[in-house]
Amino acid sequence: MAVAAVQLPRTESLAADLSGISGRRRTKNRVMTALMALAVIVVGGALVLVLITVIAKGVSIVTGSFPAWFTKDIQLAPRRPGPGMKAAVIGTCLITGMATLIAVPLGIAGAVYLNEYGGTRPFAQVLRFLANVMAGVPSIVMGLFIYVFWVVPRGVDGLNGLSGALALACLMLPIVVRSSEEMLRLVPQNLRDASYALGGSTSRTTLRVVLPKASPGIISGCLLAVARAAGETAPLIFTIGAAKATNWNIFGGTNTSLSMQIYGNAKESFVTAQERAWGAALTLIALAFLFTLCARLLSARLGRTR
Amino acid sequence: MNTSPSESADLRPRRQILDRLFRWSTLAAGALILVILALIAWTITGKSLPVFRSEGFGFFTERRWAPAKEVYGALSFMFGTAVTALIAVVISVPVSLGIALFTTQVAPTWMKKWLVSLTDLVAVVPSVVFGLWGIIFLAPKLVGFYRMIGGWFEGWPILGDVFGKVGAGRTFMTAGLILSIMITPIITSISREVIETCPQTDRDGALALGATRWEMITGAVLPHSMSGIVGAVMLGLGRAMGETIAVALVIGSSPTITANLFSSGDSLPSVIAFQWGEATSEIKRSALIAMGLTLFILTILVNLTATGVVNRATRRVQGAA
Repeated sequence: MAVAAVQLPRTESLAADLSGISGRRRTKNRVMTALMALAVIVVGGALVLVLITVIAKGVSIVTGSFPAWFTKDIQLAPRRPGPGMKAAVIGTCLITGMATLIAVPLGIAGAVYLNEYGGTRPFAQVLRFLANVMAGVPSIVMGLFIYVFWVVPRGVDGLNGLSGALALACLMLPIVVRSSEEMLRLVPQNLRDASYALGGSTSRTTLRVVLPKASPGIISGCLLAVARAAGETAPLIFTIGAAKATNWNIFGGTNTSLSMQIYGNAKESFVTAQERAWGAALTLIALAFLFTLCARLLSARLGRTR
Repeated sequence: MNTSPSESADLRPRRQILDRLFRWSTLAAGALILVILALIAWTITGKSLPVFRSEGFGFFTERRWAPAKEVYGALSFMFGTAVTALIAVVISVPVSLGIALFTTQVAPTWMKKWLVSLTDLVAVVPSVVFGLWGIIFLAPKLVGFYRMIGGWFEGWPILGDVFGKVGAGRTFMTAGLILSIMITPIITSISREVIETCPQTDRDGALALGATRWEMITGAVLPHSMSGIVGAVMLGLGRAMGETIAVALVIGSSPTITANLFSSGDSLPSVIAFQWGEATSEIKRSALIAMGLTLFILTILVNLTATGVVNRATRRVQGAA
């Protein structure tokens, strides 16, 4: 960041003049540049290939039974064609929504502690370090943790949307803390000083000045965490059970999600089940991209206002 | 920077209490991270104890996994986790470095934004979608390709074993390939950030001495960024080790220890996800949870090393600037 502030002439103009350089060095330079470009093309190609496959195979099943895909429940027998995916769409939205309600306020509050109160104190440094550690814990371990800690004590009733939401919240928490703290750090100190000079306490300054100033960045970071959580499968395997009918009650009864439906149907050998998986994949990717797009637009706005 | 001024005019007692309440609740939220991590370690260890009691340390050294005979060994799953994660890293590192270097050193300014978005988009695709694509689209297409490579190396001393008999498309190699796409965004974005901290003066100096762009990269940019890149690679390794669903779908789910990369295998997270539904006995669940514990410890070790390396790298860079 600090380097970017100094505007030096672009290096390309310097590098372009290779006359007088021996042929072998010039060839090597060209070959390596081509290889770097190739790396971009390979990954871009893989991404496009995945997206095109999902769209090509998913569109027909989603639009072929257009309203039914979003209004009917899931076919009970995997081998029979059945149009609905409503239960999974509702499940994904409810569980991810609940996880967001839990993780985002806690994560932002944690970030406020780290940046506004903790600073360079040892405890804050330890927490920052642990947030990094927690961000690296595999999602499946979070699922096992909620299973052992939350589901087992409640027996069969423990398998419900809330348990899944708790597992996803554990996954989101460190991401929200880290990205929000980054954004709080960008708020200029003189804004805080101005608030203090007007007689504001730290809590008022934080709530009225610092958080509003940082909010576009914080929201965009949170949306990325939501997009990530919405696509997670592993933590849900242990926590939400398996349902095929829509369950609006997040606190009771088993539930399902788009990711669980993709996983379950991808394992089947029936073409009908696989089609269902592609349709669910398209729906899930559309949801995830929607969140990412919102995050992009918000951070673009942040860039303009600063 | 963060001290609240004592001469704050919000001096009314109620306000002061609220202020203190706010402070303590943010502290509690922050401390939650510590609490959750401690709870994870505590509860998962507790539930793993039954299998450790019956298998002892043999849980880690026994290669057989036969729940029907009450034999629980995690070795073949640890092997699969290591092999797939290593394949992923070996493929992903040159590609990610290529993208990071192209973005920072070659691409014109207008293109940079798009290149960053490209890698971010890969990160947004849910892992289960990669798994679905891998099992239905990619794996069947790879069988012929594997046969061809196996044919080239047939009868060779070591490579003949590594690229050996091809069973189906669901193999260690397929899992490694899918993982390599999935960890590319994290390695690329961290390396890019580290590379961007390379001082412009170093790069201009190299160019002024007559270096080509590639010589400038190997002479100035890479030595400067090396430790940060190593940290990025280790974070990618940690991600690859913990990835569950995509691997569970494409690895073939048959615990094997073999040099043959074209053989079906299994990994720690994959077996937990795959066998959870049929694990009804207390001891089998305990064995699967113990594998979760193993995975937790392994990823934490990898990530701790990575965070240490990255932190040291950034501190050195900031100190120099």
